[in-house]
Amino acid sequence: MRRRRRTPVERVLARPGPPFEITFDGRPLTALPGQSIAAVLWNAGVLAWRTTRVAGRPRGAFCGIGQCFDCLATVNGRPNQRACLLPAAPGDAVTTQKGDGRADLAD
Amino acid sequence: MVGAGVVGAACAYYAARAGLTVTVLDRGPVAGGTTGAGEGNLLVSDKEPGPELELALLSLRLWRELGERHDGPARSAEYEAKGGVVVARDETRLKALRSLAAVQAAAGVETREVPGDRLHELEPRLAAGLAGAFHYPQDAQVQPALAAAHLLRASGALVRCGERVTGLLRGPDGRVGGVRTVPSGALPAGHVVNATGVWGGEFAAAADVFLPVAPRRGFVLVTEPLPRVVRHKVYAADYVADVASGSAALQTSAVVEGTPAGPVLIGASRERVGFDRTLSVEVLHRLASQAVALFPALADVRAIRAYAGFRPYLPDHLPAIGPDPRAPGLLHACGHEGAGVGLAPATGLLIARLLTGDQPPLDVHPFRPERFDRTT
Repeated sequence: MRRRRRTPVERVLARPGPPFEITFDGRPLTALPGQSIAAVLWNAGVLAWRTTRVAGRPRGAFCGIGQCFDCLATVNGRPNQRACLLPAAPGDAVTTQKGDGRADLAD
Repeated sequence: MVGAGVVGAACAYYAARAGLTVTVLDRGPVAGGTTGAGEGNLLVSDKEPGPELELALLSLRLWRELGERHDGPARSAEYEAKGGVVVARDETRLKALRSLAAVQAAAGVETREVPGDRLHELEPRLAAGLAGAFHYPQDAQVQPALAAAHLLRASGALVRCGERVTGLLRGPDGRVGGVRTVPSGALPAGHVVNATGVWGGEFAAAADVFLPVAPRRGFVLVTEPLPRVVRHKVYAADYVADVASGSAALQTSAVVEGTPAGPVLIGASRERVGFDRTLSVEVLHRLASQAVALFPALADVRAIRAYAGFRPYLPDHLPAIGPDPRAPGLLHACGHEGAGVGLAPATGLLIARLLTGDQPPLDVHPFRPERFDRTT
């Protein structure tokens, strides 16, 4: 009988605190304490949460360690947050970032 | 050509176009020194009438050909004829700008006064309450590392990075006949051009000639990518005085400009502290607060990085361009301080003409490299 693949949480024998909710473009997602925003999004099958400035192409996590700035997202209205570094907090509202995310400063 | 910065690249470009066979050497990568740490300003607005302004006026015409023509080698280097705006916060500074603009106009600079209440037509996000400004439509901008790389490619010159020059080859008559490098050894050449920028004095010393190039440090603060918040190159009137000053002490004045890639670049600081790369929080703090005073919308924008560079400073603020009579076969093209990107094409054209024995397009006497030598 093939054994079920263990989740990362099971692999490291983690006993995280109770899950909580964040939203992505209004849709509720379940997060665990200590997870980055990118981890929560990946866990929910979301791979892209930004579009590029010029061509509008989709972007998500690439390096995962804060170096490449590809995973920028708008979190609680604040653009250009690195989703791979930012820990999820209960009630966080993550929204897809369009381009530079600073439409407030556009002409 | 020793030095693959923007000046060496422009020298290579114009020399190759004049029919010469050119090899460019650099101990590091293309644009790895001051070129890569610059903002790419192509300015006439900050220059008083004199030899540097004449060089700048010629150079900006050449940049326009290089950057705007459909087959220009710098057309992919983000050339923007955006114009400069020099702002005065009070009447005293505006009066000083007015007299500078008058003598500049007489020397061929296009400039017009913009009253304080019309400033927002030019720059909608400028702070309110400024006394006025002068608009300089000839000022432009280019991405300096891209410009150097494209000029080198277009030159067709052989580019050899990772070649450290350790000395000069001399003929039996003492004439400079090439360079010695690590790792390649002897590389003979008809002429050697010192385009090593802020290291130009060191290079000159290897040829036993004196050229007092000293580093003048500057920091640039880079914001997150933004929409077009800043349309021109905008700077405070105090910048002109800072550029002209010879002081070693720290000076900062706001210079703010957008880029096609989105980030806004914030300068400018000047201080002579040798080749010290230590990040100065004090300088960054002053740059940021001066920029916010000009553009209040920047207050809630994040700065994502900062970098330092070393302007090649010569005591009279003029570059060294031309043959060195103390070392026949050696020419200099260095010491452009903060204006190297702007002055590169004219410098390259002058060097090419001097190499081929043709008449340079302007008088090179003020730039003669031996002018600091007390014995001549």
